Amino acid sequence: MNAVDTEDNVYDALAAADHDGRWAHGAGFDETVVEVTAPAPEGVDVGDLATYCLMLADDALVASHRLSEWATHAPELEEEVALANIALDLLGQARVLLSRAGHLGAAARFRTPTTATQLADEDVLAYFRDDRFFRNVTLAETDLGDFGRTTAWMLVYSSWRLALMTRLRGSADPVLAAVAAKAVPELSYQREYAAGWLLRLGDGTELSHARAQAGLEDVWPFVEELFLTHPVEARLVAAGVAVDPAALRADVDSDLAQVLPAATLTRPERPAVGLVGGRGGRDGVHTEALGRVLAVMQSLARAHPDATW
Amino acid sequence: MVSAVARGSVWDVAAEVTDPEMPMLTLADLGVLRGVEAHDDGSVVVTITPTYAGCPALEAMRDDLRARLAEAGHHDVEVRTTLSPPWTTDFLTDEGRRKLAEAGVAPPAHVGPRSIGPVPLTLAPPAARVACPRCGSADTEVLSRFGPTACTALRRCRACREPFEHMKDI
Repeated sequence: MNAVDTEDNVYDALAAADHDGRWAHGAGFDETVVEVTAPAPEGVDVGDLATYCLMLADDALVASHRLSEWATHAPELEEEVALANIALDLLGQARVLLSRAGHLGAAARFRTPTTATQLADEDVLAYFRDDRFFRNVTLAETDLGDFGRTTAWMLVYSSWRLALMTRLRGSADPVLAAVAAKAVPELSYQREYAAGWLLRLGDGTELSHARAQAGLEDVWPFVEELFLTHPVEARLVAAGVAVDPAALRADVDSDLAQVLPAATLTRPERPAVGLVGGRGGRDGVHTEALGRVLAVMQSLARAHPDATW
Repeated sequence: MVSAVARGSVWDVAAEVTDPEMPMLTLADLGVLRGVEAHDDGSVVVTITPTYAGCPALEAMRDDLRARLAEAGHHDVEVRTTLSPPWTTDFLTDEGRRKLAEAGVAPPAHVGPRSIGPVPLTLAPPAARVACPRCGSADTEVLSRFGPTACTALRRCRACREPFEHMKDI
């Protein structure tokens, strides 16, 4: 490879770059994020830590995919750019967390002989895991529907994840702490964006108000799961690694109490979607919506696992 | 053996590489170049940090760094990414702010030390005034909170009516 005389031609420069044989569907190489290779904090169960990284990664990965579905469909170009930017922020969080989970051993069982190229852990976990191994809360996978529902969804999601990441900055795990510190300003910006739109829609026309309220009602049954403490989380809270979701309710309630009245919207009273035999998204028990998300996200990579470009 | 940050040689080559999305800024101006190590065996390790966690420009930065260092005779180059401490717009140098304004992009305000507590939600429009990079008027408004790159928003000047990009304060 000769990079010397390629300055004048961007295509030559691309060809000269170290891209030969790159996997076609994802990152295709292990990002050398230096924090990812840190050992698990002393006394912490490595399996638990890997599972917790998957939980937080999948919350972001699946939500990011849902938001990216707005590409070419958003009501205005500006909102399309906004939703894609937010999806990208979440994807960035997911990638580091998936790499961390992989470094802790979570990717090995999903590697298959059909993948000839040496895939990065984050790619294996994103593309070759079935739905029952995804650990995201079901709110992340729910259909975003129209823009009103997306707005209501985003206020709840960003308020909850911001409250979580704010506390996670103090985690004993250096990767979780670093991801959280990076995520806080991004999520706070997303929450302001969602709150701003909910105000405009809720306190807008009769139609926009009705659709914002209907969106909030649709999202509501998935909210209760956000505050349930999974046994893995409980063990890691004790070790100073994780955040207890039960502690996040007050923050989310406070944001909703501020935004909903100002938007002339009413806090819904719909019952929560129940767990199945005590198991929910954190255990890999999902709504049928996740299957559709993964069908779109994974099918091409699974059909052509050896494709490179 | 590692010789620490080799300023004056390898560092300068890496520092002059420009940002793929904001080519008026070098990686050093942007404040994303965290370290350059020159090893005795001729290998070089460059450490950069992303502006936003999902910034797609990071990969282009990595390729550009390798290409420019290869031109300077360094063929064994590893580019690492670090997340900590997280980049904020306060890492942008004064020189970088000047170059942004010159190119018609309003530079971010200095935010200062971040609170470690909960981030309050404000429903009112942000009080910070962003001056128009073309006519200097402080009478500007947000067109879109998200712009063409991860780190910019779109604004318009009410005085001269020109739209412009603003590097978000984060």
